[in-house]
Amino acid sequence: MEMEEFAAGDSWVHKLDPRVKILITLIFSIVVALNNHVSMVAISLILPVSLIICARLDFRPLLVRLGIVNGFILFLWLFLPFTTPGEIIYTLGPLTVQREGIHQALLITVKSNSIVLMAIAMLGTSTIFTLVHALSHLYVPDKLVHLFFFCFRYIHVIREEYFRLSNAMKIRGFRPRTNMHTYRSYSYLVGMLLVRSFDRSARILQAMKCRGFRSRFYILHHYEMKSHDYAVALSSAAFSAFILVFI
Amino acid sequence: MIRLRNICFSYAGREILDNLDMDIEASDRIGLLGANGCGKTTLCHIIMGLLTPTSGIVEILGKPMVSESDFAQIRGKIGFMFQDSDDQLFCPTVIEDVAFGPLNLGQTPEEARKTVRRTLKTLRLDGFEDRITYKLSGGEKRLVSMATVLAMEPEFLILDEPTTGLDEKTTETLIDILKESDLGYMIISHDRQFVKKMADKLLQMKDGKVCPSDWNNMKM
Ligand SMILES: Nc1ncnc2c1ncn2[C@@H]1O[C@H](COP(=O)(O)OP(=O)(O)O)[C@@H](O)[C@H]1O
Ligand SMILES: [Mg+2]
Repeated sequence: MEMEEFAAGDSWVHKLDPRVKILITLIFSIVVALNNHVSMVAISLILPVSLIICARLDFRPLLVRLGIVNGFILFLWLFLPFTTPGEIIYTLGPLTVQREGIHQALLITVKSNSIVLMAIAMLGTSTIFTLVHALSHLYVPDKLVHLFFFCFRYIHVIREEYFRLSNAMKIRGFRPRTNMHTYRSYSYLVGMLLVRSFDRSARILQAMKCRGFRSRFYILHHYEMKSHDYAVALSSAAFSAFILVFI
Repeated sequence: MIRLRNICFSYAGREILDNLDMDIEASDRIGLLGANGCGKTTLCHIIMGLLTPTSGIVEILGKPMVSESDFAQIRGKIGFMFQDSDDQLFCPTVIEDVAFGPLNLGQTPEEARKTVRRTLKTLRLDGFEDRITYKLSGGEKRLVSMATVLAMEPEFLILDEPTTGLDEKTTETLIDILKESDLGYMIISHDRQFVKKMADKLLQMKDGKVCPSDWNNMKM
């Protein structure tokens, strides 16, 4: 999966101040997560959906993302309706379907989709690096910010390392089968990946030291709140407050 | 500028450097040649303080280098380019990567931006500011690595196999840039043409030692 597929674009949603994006996503998520009325949570969908429309995001990758989330939620639908004690609305042989369980499952489904859509609309439309900078502007501790950034940055390197190794195996005629040779080769692959990534991280630290790194990151871009940042921040906050009132 | 005395170093009992002595002046333009795996990269890492020798003295600008903080002081003065550019570049965009060194040296973001622009220009990399570093081609990565080193305005350069993976045109660019600058440097390379053009002084590494050499008795 492409990692920053929604970040390219030039709508006003993309250009919002990343600090605003992070804060309103956070507030919105908390408010939605706390709310226990299916109808109110359903209404909360208005905000992320309209933001996504404004950002003119591609629908296909969006559906793929939602598919992943709802794949997990599917499991809840397999269990919750049958196991939550409550009013029985349907009997299916030895199984009984309870109203309470249906309600719970529905609530979780709508909540998750609303929050995920909000995250895609707000966080997905910025590059990771912008978000990282914004986090340090929001006084998130340096260590956490660095951890977050390097995790993202080096997933790519490890992925490339993996392709390099697996290509090296393929060009010498390796085809996975169910035998000892396959298992051994795969364990070498994983082992090499670990060792190489470790070595690489050590070399990167060395390279950073050679360029005067002393455990402190300096930021090149500074942000400035513009009038439309304030407008969006205020209206989203008002919307969140509206949902909070009907908690 | 750099003085090494009786440097010994071994990896897991295998001796790589054996009582190595070396003197480098700030204005030297050195080519260092040696067989694969003879310890050239190891030597550079010892000069930069990334590896600690088992014995011997590293002296830079007349001061013995003992602790990490001694080395931290001089790393802005000696620019070191790694053999593998993927180790050197770690920021998402070129501008941020090149600005990393200058910001560490205390430049303000505005000054750093200017430095980046100037450095990219000298390397014929105008317009690369917002390119994504890990999506650059091998040769472009190499030049950007070079930019990250030059942006710190070092007094001396150590380049570990700078021409590996560069096409002729880019190699020419690199030659021009180094010739135009009045920096001293030490280049490690297998590219004999390149070394011939670049170096006034030839050194050869053999059996864990460095000795002066010239083209006549080079039989590589
Ligand atoms: N991390 C390491 N652990 C053990 N041996 C190493 C390590 N790095 C390099 N070596 C060994 O040290 C020797 C010198 O390596 P290096 O300095 O990279 O050679 P060169 O740059 O001259 O090709 C090589 O034989 C190599 O196998
Ligand atoms: Mg080497």
